[in-house]
Amino acid sequence: MKKKHIRHIPSKVLTGIVLVLFFIPVLWLILTSMRPNIEINTRPPVWISRNFNFDSYLALLGFGVNPERFAFGENVPFGAYLRNSLVASVASTLLALAIGTLAAFAFSSFKFKWRNGIFLSLMLARAIPGIALSLPLFALFTRFGLADRTFGLVLAYTGLNIPFTAWLMAGFIGEIPETLSDAALIDGCSKWAAFLRVELPMVGPGMAASGIFAFLTAWNEFALAGVITRTIASKTFPVGLFDFTGEFVSDWRGMCAMSVLMLIPAIIFVVLVQKQLLRGLTLGAVKG
Amino acid sequence: MKSHLSSTALENRRLPVLLLLPAVVVMAFVVAFPMLYSLFLSFTNYTLLNPVLRFVGLRNYINLFQDQVFLSALGRTILYIMVTVNLELVLGLVIANAMSHVVLGQGLIRTVMMMPMMFAPILVGLQFKWIFNDQVGLVNNILFEIFRRPIIIPWLIHKPLGFITILAAEIWMSTPFMVIIFLAGILSISPDILDAAEVDGASEWQKFIHITIPSLSPFIYIALAVRSLDVARAYDLVSIMTGGGPAHRTELIWTYVYRLSFTSQNFALGSAMSLVTVVIAFIFTFYFFSQLIKARKVRGK
Repeated sequence: MKKKHIRHIPSKVLTGIVLVLFFIPVLWLILTSMRPNIEINTRPPVWISRNFNFDSYLALLGFGVNPERFAFGENVPFGAYLRNSLVASVASTLLALAIGTLAAFAFSSFKFKWRNGIFLSLMLARAIPGIALSLPLFALFTRFGLADRTFGLVLAYTGLNIPFTAWLMAGFIGEIPETLSDAALIDGCSKWAAFLRVELPMVGPGMAASGIFAFLTAWNEFALAGVITRTIASKTFPVGLFDFTGEFVSDWRGMCAMSVLMLIPAIIFVVLVQKQLLRGLTLGAVKG
Repeated sequence: MKSHLSSTALENRRLPVLLLLPAVVVMAFVVAFPMLYSLFLSFTNYTLLNPVLRFVGLRNYINLFQDQVFLSALGRTILYIMVTVNLELVLGLVIANAMSHVVLGQGLIRTVMMMPMMFAPILVGLQFKWIFNDQVGLVNNILFEIFRRPIIIPWLIHKPLGFITILAAEIWMSTPFMVIIFLAGILSISPDILDAAEVDGASEWQKFIHITIPSLSPFIYIALAVRSLDVARAYDLVSIMTGGGPAHRTELIWTYVYRLSFTSQNFALGSAMSLVTVVIAFIFTFYFFSQLIKARKVRGK
């Protein structure tokens, strides 16, 4: 037993090094958000700040902060970005979950013509780069009066999220033993009624995991939003980050503060559904 | 009984169509229709300054393939995908294997490892742009402390360094996904097999090569398939780190779409460029997903 522990020391050392390397940018982001820009922009570098404070967060959230010590943060419409990001991400996630789960039921429980073909087309649609879609979508949205509106973003992100949601949910539904829905069918239920009564209630955790995956995709999306949002009527966090870079100076600190705030919901969600998310992604590996 | 059977048969034929309908409608409006519009534009001479449409056939595509900037961006993009995906795969396997040997704190390790997955790609670009800033970046600051004098390496401006810095950002962002999937795969391998190999005198390396990697193959296919959907995320990274510059040194096909469509406002040429990126995305996705489907069929038998 003892020998085993000694033998794995290289693995443990490697794990430690990797974790530190991957964590440094996260730590750096948090530290920078709390120290004055003067300290950030100085040489020789200041490693341990003597002036940690939360001014950048207070400025973003709209509390008055002495502007001498701060750059652009107080002018960034944080509230509008938060609203737009939340509306676009939450609404598109709910829509994609509903539509994607229906499609997943079709894929997991029926054999029909073009089944693999439709599935592959959905995946190919998901693979289209956002930047390739941005120009025609912007042109069409302008024509239909959807440009620079969060509703346009909701629509675009729903399309972005349907394929992957359908894939994950098909895995979760396929995992339910067939004997359960067969029992309902013998009792005289239609397949649809059996789906509503037997399968749907059992895939709740799977829906949570797929939903969070969809939410994060929308929350973090930039290529499309960078083109189809123009003003604070629809701009989201990823686009808003550019507000902190001027032509000659950048407010690194304010940018880092908004980044940290943007990460909070992502971290909470992922920690909550970590296990389900992992199961959903690897289901297809364990079972065909 | 007979009527029940026939209504079931009817349901079997109709229900899947109804179930798929909403998905197909949304995808048609948000993806298929816009892409067809783009295809149409790519055969015209439509620009912001020239709003009168005229068909020019394949001229935009011919111009693209004679454009030196496009050709080098295409080559750089293929190099970028090859290097990042392969490195991520190898790093993912090695890191996941090492992590699987750590007994204490698996949950914490996994959470820390998943952090980069929660970062928006644009945020990763921002972080790395700043870590590699020539004046006040973290890396040059560390060099300053080591050599006790200002060492100003222009990471993002220098010719190969700019590209390498972007590769580093991509690997930081995308490797954790591989690690997490492979870690789940390794933990699902029955310990009996590994113990038996150990009794037979297999070394750690032999176990890794002959047992761990072959048992991971379905997980590898899944990770690569999911990864292939997201190769164009590199656009977010590059657009904020260098914008494809300076002088096209870090131009990828995706940043070139933006440059042609929005900076030059040549909508026709930009559309042709978009379609090139779509074809490349399709090749990767089609390849990895058909591998995945094939692997499943083999396993199913």
